[in-house]
This record gives sequence, C-alpha cells and structure tokens, in this order.
Amino acid sequence: MMTDYQAVLTIACMAVVTYATRAGGLWMMSRVTLSKRMMAWLRHVPGTVLMAIVAPAVLSGGFAEGVAGLATALVAWRSGNLLLALATGVGVVWGARLVL
Amino acid sequence: MRPARSQDQSLKDLVTFSLSGALAGFRKSVPIALSVFAYGLVFGVLARQAGLSLAESVLMSGLVFAGASQFAVLGLWASPLPIGTIVLTTAIINLRHLLMGAVLYPWFSRLRPAAAYLTSFFIVDESWALTMGEHARGCRDAAFLLGSGIALFLAWVGATVAGGMVGDVLQDPSRWGLDFAFTAVFIALLVGFWKGKADLLPWVVAAVVAAVAAELLPGKWYILLGGLAGSLTGAMQNDD
Repeated sequence: MMTDYQAVLTIACMAVVTYATRAGGLWMMSRVTLSKRMMAWLRHVPGTVLMAIVAPAVLSGGFAEGVAGLATALVAWRSGNLLLALATGVGVVWGARLVL
Repeated sequence: MRPARSQDQSLKDLVTFSLSGALAGFRKSVPIALSVFAYGLVFGVLARQAGLSLAESVLMSGLVFAGASQFAVLGLWASPLPIGTIVLTTAIINLRHLLMGAVLYPWFSRLRPAAAYLTSFFIVDESWALTMGEHARGCRDAAFLLGSGIALFLAWVGATVAGGMVGDVLQDPSRWGLDFAFTAVFIALLVGFWKGKADLLPWVVAAVVAAVAAELLPGKWYILLGGLAGSLTGAMQNDD
C-alpha cells in the first residue's frame, strides 16, 4: 500500500492532538488551577482506558487467550518488564493453541 | 504567601537548561531506550499488519511519539479510515500528558517558553518518570527531560523502521501467537498503572461498561465509554 492522503491527514491530526495534551498541561497551569476532582479524573484516565481496551478482548477470546492474559499480567506485575510480559503472553498463547 | 521552604527558594535560583543536563538525560535513558526499541519493533511489525505503509508508520512514530495511543489506533485502522474515532481515541489515551505537564509546571515555568514548549514534545511515560526521579534527587536541569526524550525518540522511530521491514517478511501472525501481542502489550501497560485500592472500583466499572458496550455498540465506542465511566467513577470516589 502506498502512502495515501487520508492516512497522512489522520496521522497529522493525531500528532496535533497529542502535542496539545503535552503542551496543554504547562499552558493550563499557567492560567488556571485545576480542582482536586479534575486532577483525580485525569489520574484515573490512563488505567481505565487501557482496561476498557483489554477487558472485551480477553472476555471475547477463548481459553488460550484467557490463560495468556493472566500470565502476561502476572509477569508484568512481578518483573515490571514490559517486554518480558509481552513475550510471555505471546509464548503462552502460541503454546496453548498448539496443545488445545 | 508560599511556605518558606528552602527548597522553593533554591528551585527559583537553580533551574537551568544546559547541554550537560541534556547529555545526562540522554545517557541515563539508554537502558530504557533499549526496551523502548524492542517495544517499537513490535509496533513496527503490527503497523504493517494493520495496513500502514512503512512511511506512514514511521511518520506516525515521529510525529505522534506516544506508544499506547499508536497501538490503540492500529486496532481502528480500516478502509475507509474512521478519522474522527482515531483522533478522539488518541486524545483520550494521551490525556494523561496533561497531568504530567501540570506536575512539571512549577519547574518548567522558570524556563523561556520556547524551551519549555519544545521540551514538552518529549514528555512520554518513561522520560517523565525518569525526570521526576532525578528531580527528587535534586537535579534542577530541565534539559534532562529533553535529552531523555530524544534518546527515547530515536529508539522509537528507529525501531519502527526496523520492525516495519520485518513486518514485510512475516506472514500469518496468528500462527506465532503475534495477534495476541496487542492485548498483551495493553495488559502489561495496564499493570503498570495500578497505584492501589483506589483503582479497583474505577477499573471494574471500566471493564464492565466496556464489555457491555462492545456487545451492544458497533465499532470501538466501548473504549471511550468504558474509559469515561471508569475515570469518572474514580473522580467521584475521591470525595472522601
């Protein structure tokens, strides 16, 4: 597939909104004081968004995906190593599909 | 009427933005850059499988430079492109940068605006966490974040190129379990965001709302709905 106009436009828009979130924190603080509730909301955004991505994927998958998901979470929790956790998840799902 | 803490006084005097600070940030980020590189390889491979050209995936890594959101939009990449959904998803996932920037503000407000806003491009989870750690240890050179961010940027973009080339060769990813890589990346990232019991209820709400919405609604609206429901729950329970 060649680079097309739609894709480049989409990427440019993503870049603009992402930079706005980065510069926005500095900009905002120079003008307003965030309420405690706003801060609490922002603090909860990343985790809950990731959970919203993960939960349906795991729940709609089969047994292999469920086991691999648990293994991934366990390794990520114990080791704190993203790559090790990723490798574990992919390895377990690969193995479980061979066995099942 | 600020409290007369000596740290505040010294902060005012000592905030710098120097080349040596940037070099220190770069050097200290090399180990993290290696893991970012490996993670970027995965992005490069998956981006090709999602239908992006090599040039497009590199453009995205260079301009957006935000891993979690880049992985998320690959799941939305289809023809015709749902631009609105993709941009909204990107914005929501990256909202956390607002908080990071807000935390940096007392420090970065002492810099020239050009330096502060240039450096803010390089705020990512890893560079920010490393920089805050240095700050806690007494580092007052704000260019540390710039150097750290540049190291991670080079790793991320370089890995996207390398991964994209591998992705051209790799056929049938599900045979190697690689289709699960998406989910595994998010699970691993998610675990890192766990800060304690206060997260439990918001996360359960996010999971339940997302699972129900995924059944009932078309497309990827469940991500926004689950994330909003969960994070608002978190904001509400903060009352006590």
